Amino acid sequence: MASHAHALTEADKNRFHMTEEHHPENGTLLGFWIYLMSDCLIFAVLFATYAVLGRNYAAGPSGADLFDLPLVAVNTGLLLFSSITYGFAMLSAQAGRKTPTLVWLAVTGLFGLGFLSLELYEFHHLIHEGAGPQRSAFLSSFFTLVGTHGLHVTFGIIWLVTLMVQVGQRGLDEAMKRRLMCLSMFWHFLDVIWIGVFSFVYLLGVL
Amino acid sequence: MSPDLVKFIFGRLTWEAIPLHEPILLGTFIVVALGGLATLGLLTRYKLWGYLWREWLTSVDHKKIGVMYIILAIIMLLRGFADALMMRAQQAMAFGDNAGYLPSHHYDQIFTAHGVIMIFFVAMPLVTGLMNLAVPLQIGARDVAFPFLNNFSFWMTVGGAVTVMLSLFVGEFARTGWLAYPPLSNLAYSPDVGVDYYIWALQIAGVGTTLSGINLVVTIIKMRAPGMSLMKMPVFTWTSLCTNVLIVATFPILTATLALLTADRYLYTNFFTNDFGGNPMMYVNLIWIWGHPEVYILILPAFGVFSEVVSTFCGKRLFGYSSMVYATVVITILSYLVWLHHFFTMGSGASVNSFFGITTMIISIPTGAKIFNWLFTMYRGRIRYEVPMLWTVGFMVTFVIGGMTGVLLAVPPADFVLHNSLFLIAHFHNVIIGGVVFGMFAGITYWFPKAFGFKLDPFWGKVSFWCWLVGFWVAFTPLYVLGLMGVTRRVSHFEDPSLQIWFVIAAIGAVIILCGIIAFIVQIVVSVLNREALRDETGDPWGGRTLEWSTSSPPPAYNFAFTPVVHQLDAWWDMKARGYERPTTGYIPIHMPANTGAGVILAGISTVLGFALIWHIWWLAAVSFVALAAAAIAHTFNFKRDYYIPAEEVVRVEDARTEALRSLT
Repeated sequence: MASHAHALTEADKNRFHMTEEHHPENGTLLGFWIYLMSDCLIFAVLFATYAVLGRNYAAGPSGADLFDLPLVAVNTGLLLFSSITYGFAMLSAQAGRKTPTLVWLAVTGLFGLGFLSLELYEFHHLIHEGAGPQRSAFLSSFFTLVGTHGLHVTFGIIWLVTLMVQVGQRGLDEAMKRRLMCLSMFWHFLDVIWIGVFSFVYLLGVL
Repeated sequence: MSPDLVKFIFGRLTWEAIPLHEPILLGTFIVVALGGLATLGLLTRYKLWGYLWREWLTSVDHKKIGVMYIILAIIMLLRGFADALMMRAQQAMAFGDNAGYLPSHHYDQIFTAHGVIMIFFVAMPLVTGLMNLAVPLQIGARDVAFPFLNNFSFWMTVGGAVTVMLSLFVGEFARTGWLAYPPLSNLAYSPDVGVDYYIWALQIAGVGTTLSGINLVVTIIKMRAPGMSLMKMPVFTWTSLCTNVLIVATFPILTATLALLTADRYLYTNFFTNDFGGNPMMYVNLIWIWGHPEVYILILPAFGVFSEVVSTFCGKRLFGYSSMVYATVVITILSYLVWLHHFFTMGSGASVNSFFGITTMIISIPTGAKIFNWLFTMYRGRIRYEVPMLWTVGFMVTFVIGGMTGVLLAVPPADFVLHNSLFLIAHFHNVIIGGVVFGMFAGITYWFPKAFGFKLDPFWGKVSFWCWLVGFWVAFTPLYVLGLMGVTRRVSHFEDPSLQIWFVIAAIGAVIILCGIIAFIVQIVVSVLNREALRDETGDPWGGRTLEWSTSSPPPAYNFAFTPVVHQLDAWWDMKARGYERPTTGYIPIHMPANTGAGVILAGISTVLGFALIWHIWWLAAVSFVALAAAAIAHTFNFKRDYYIPAEEVVRVEDARTEALRSLT
């Protein structure tokens, strides 16, 4: 890709400037990828912290005592389905069909809200049982890791609503498709992170 | 008013927080306030507000943003250096019965502020400023990949700096040292606002740094002129690429680590506490996983500057270009594998310590290769000892010694004796002043004529250089000696009178460095006054080799009327050698990004949010958070982000340059 853009043709050999307008490739998607990787590092820190502190129960409850796997399984299902529906939204957007795009985005947002509601219910339940983030280093790192993911989902939903308004106003032009693509990467990225949370925190936690 | 209401409105902010009882702070405040009022008055008197807002504060032009970063850094250098002088004065006085003039709670804030300011608000803005100024020009681009983000990043850095400065007059700063290790920085031992100022200043500025890292990586990957393959990029662009990769790969770790400390302080979690299963060493590991790459983030661009300067002022192609590139990349990777050498004494065992000791020593190999490359570039070159070259030679001598004391510290058994001593302080000042600071002064002197169209006065530049070089050695050699004798860092009072002479010498050195800083400021003033005599119309005052010298000084907003086509490394040298003639016709409209005030607004709200969080003014925090989200969303509804400079405007600018060039011959 880059090599193509920077390869010179035979005619270029003796010229030192372009006479026509130079259009560098748009860097938004690359930039967004790099941003996602930087965000991934934030999660890496939280996972590492959980790995180090996750068994420091301080004589309090452990994951096996607290986690309600069926609830988390439903939650995981909601988030995974929301990724599929976002995929459908992207397919519609590529085809330039505005109304189906908006519908699929709305469905995605509802799945996201469902996920958040269950997560908040779980948090509330834990805190109610005296297993809040202050109780032990294990619970501090648990709440921070899962909560940071939840904050990202919240931010994603606000972003999604914003994009829905903008698609409604402007239709599916290049700029909007690019924005939808960025949110798409963000949304799938959160799915990947959640799979890590589900496996390492919940599944390993109940062992 | 009822106390509850007052507490609701002001959080924990009270009149007590204003240091009316501290004469030093009060005096500083009066001076700063008078200076600020005078500046505001002058701006109003000469009706400069509109100009400032339109042409600078809202500008997305990478050159102007670069200049603003450097101005910020110089202002903060004065603050950080004032802290240094106060520490030197205290340590030179406080022996035996003499307690010195600073109470220890004040002294502890000063050494913390000195470190934080010098790294985050002097060295980082200098580096980011020079990269902003030079990289797009070096790669033949019109601007960076995300011009608005660039403006926003700058203002977030300013927001962080403002937050640190506020702590001087409202409340206090951290008393923990520049990395705020827990448990000292935790609620139990630092219950007041100092650490909160530290956290929020770094978080606000950190957003800017991370985004500017992403921005410059994408700029370098995507926006190079046709023909400029990776191995034809100027070395400064290469080192900038590696530095920005490191920024993206490490600043999120700092962000996350500080967020965990924040959770400990605000939500009473137990990450780094001594009880409930917390582990303070987790913080120390995490912060150094960011912290060690950070020193390479600072030094790599300096290496880039030296490479440009050496080849320009020796009139030779850089010796060993590809080894220089590979050395840079190797340093980038290795910098991530050495963090534990900052705390060998943690007790991680012989094998872990050996691993990190060895990786640390291995870094000196690519660094040494670079030194030889610069020396071989000088060998049989036509060396012109202009000011940037002086800084470069001064760097080579100074930095090599700093590097050797670093290898010494990398030996774990030696480190057990020397860690936390003044030997360490001398070592890292040796590489940061001798490397980063000298490099940035070289870079400022080198690119100043590009940014402003006239050179800096060489006499005062030389005065500044010699004061810095001599001052550095006078100030820090005694610290090496004291460190070998076992004197630890961050001490505000000593019992043993035989040590005093060394601290007095070090204080004299600091005063010599002060002369260097004053000479630098005099240099700028003298140069501005003499700008007609120092003016450079050619755009290429040093006989440069890379593309930034192919356009006018200062460059037009669009940098290049026509995008250059690159055939080899040292593209501009190639163009000159092959008799390139500047085109004077055929101009076309140029697509450019439009200015926006969104960056100033978002960063301003972020700073208010930080202030509210520091002082527990929860209503203000909530309001400013909602305002921040609303302003950010509103900004995404602005789709008019670009415009075309009409061809007639390009013709006007370029014809003026044609005329100026003709009058030279």
